[in-house]
Amino acid sequence: MIIDILRNKIVIGYTLFLLAITLSIFNLEDQSTKGLLSLLNIILIVVPLVCILFSAIYVYNSNEFIELLVSQPIKRSTILLSMFTGLSVSMVVAFLIGTGIPILLFEPTSTGFTMMGVGVLLTLIFVSVALLTAVYARDKAKGIGWVILLWLYFSLLFDGLILFILYQFSEYPLEKAMVGISALNPIDLSRILVLLKMDVSAMMGYTGAIFRNFFGTQYGFWMAIAVMLLWAFIPLFISLRKFKRKDL
Amino acid sequence: MIIASNVSKKFGRLKALDNVSVKLLRGECVALIGPNGSGKTTFIKSLLGMVVPDHGFITFNDKNILHDWNYRSRIGYMPQIGRYPDNMSIGQVLNMMKDIRKVKSSEMDEELIEAFELNTMANKRMRTLSGGTRQKVSASLAFLFNPDVLILDEPTAGLDPVATEILKRKIIQEKQKNKLIMITSHVLSELDELVTEVMYMQDGQCRFHKKVDVLRAETSEERLTRVMASIISKM
Repeated sequence: MIIDILRNKIVIGYTLFLLAITLSIFNLEDQSTKGLLSLLNIILIVVPLVCILFSAIYVYNSNEFIELLVSQPIKRSTILLSMFTGLSVSMVVAFLIGTGIPILLFEPTSTGFTMMGVGVLLTLIFVSVALLTAVYARDKAKGIGWVILLWLYFSLLFDGLILFILYQFSEYPLEKAMVGISALNPIDLSRILVLLKMDVSAMMGYTGAIFRNFFGTQYGFWMAIAVMLLWAFIPLFISLRKFKRKDL
Repeated sequence: MIIASNVSKKFGRLKALDNVSVKLLRGECVALIGPNGSGKTTFIKSLLGMVVPDHGFITFNDKNILHDWNYRSRIGYMPQIGRYPDNMSIGQVLNMMKDIRKVKSSEMDEELIEAFELNTMANKRMRTLSGGTRQKVSASLAFLFNPDVLILDEPTAGLDPVATEILKRKIIQEKQKNKLIMITSHVLSELDELVTEVMYMQDGQCRFHKKVDVLRAETSEERLTRVMASIISKM
């Protein structure tokens, strides 16, 4: 239903940007594992930011059109779900073209594929978080402010908070609880998943070993994926419920 | 056809609709008149299910519209401000609406599309269109599916005189097909030859809902502008 997004200049720009970054990183670093590590950090910052901002702005800009759609004989849930599908499909396509092709060319290993999968999941998660904010906050400026705040929280503040907690409670054995806490932030979860595939978890100290024990197993890996899927679907579900009763 | 009983809606502390009860029947052409912020658009939106009333209910053909969405297939709505996805062309927007409505092409009414010559610019992106052309798209969409009820919110705002004439003639033509038409407008002189009833709203209340002929007799004025001026000055 929404072919519009794919044609958007920002999406095309995002694709080209990812493509340029990925290619240059792989060409700069002689060792592709090192390149993958730098790429991971960029993906973890850029993908959530672009997905959440673009989706929120897009929803706000098509407000009048959504109103018109609501006056048509379709269910409201269909409208919201097709917005979600349209946004996430185009962002996923942009991501796969931007980073997927270079990864396939330079690093077609299981680490590379994990990174692609994680990127796709992050895209879904942040599109759905953006929808949630857009459905709740009526005002555009407020909504975009919220979205930026959420992004800051997930990519910076959360880590700071964890460091603070770890430091304050350093006498207690918190390593096991860390596994649970990491589930609270999808960005951390994806970082852990990719790092463990890379065998650099030794750098993460004792907590890393705990992570290795948990996420390194088949069970832990799929648990992490499941948690990330929940991160994508719970906000979507809540916004669906809210949107059904919203006054436009 | 549409019955609203005791519909109330509050936005925060503001009473947008206050106990509105009206009965709208087939073959009527109702002018919804009132000052800015009197609840006209909110009333229209609650008819369309876009706003859910706090109290009271609205029925469409004797069925409550709450939690129903199918009834909207019989309503054509033209919004005050029509904004469409920037990167879609006119043709794509029209096709998308046709997809949503699932109406057979033989039953569609493409007269306005032809009259406004939208076909010749079907490949133009919505972003590049002027406000008036967007209005033309909205109008064509409202009439496209031959609905029983037409709800037009400020239909002539931004249209050039030629397009206004086309739209007016179309409205008269549809009125004769025994449809219910509801128009809001601030340009009363334009409504003169169209409407059969007037519904006047103020502060969220429906002050009166009467036939134009009755109002003309009451005020012994001929033109709608004069009729309304004389009534409002007495209120």
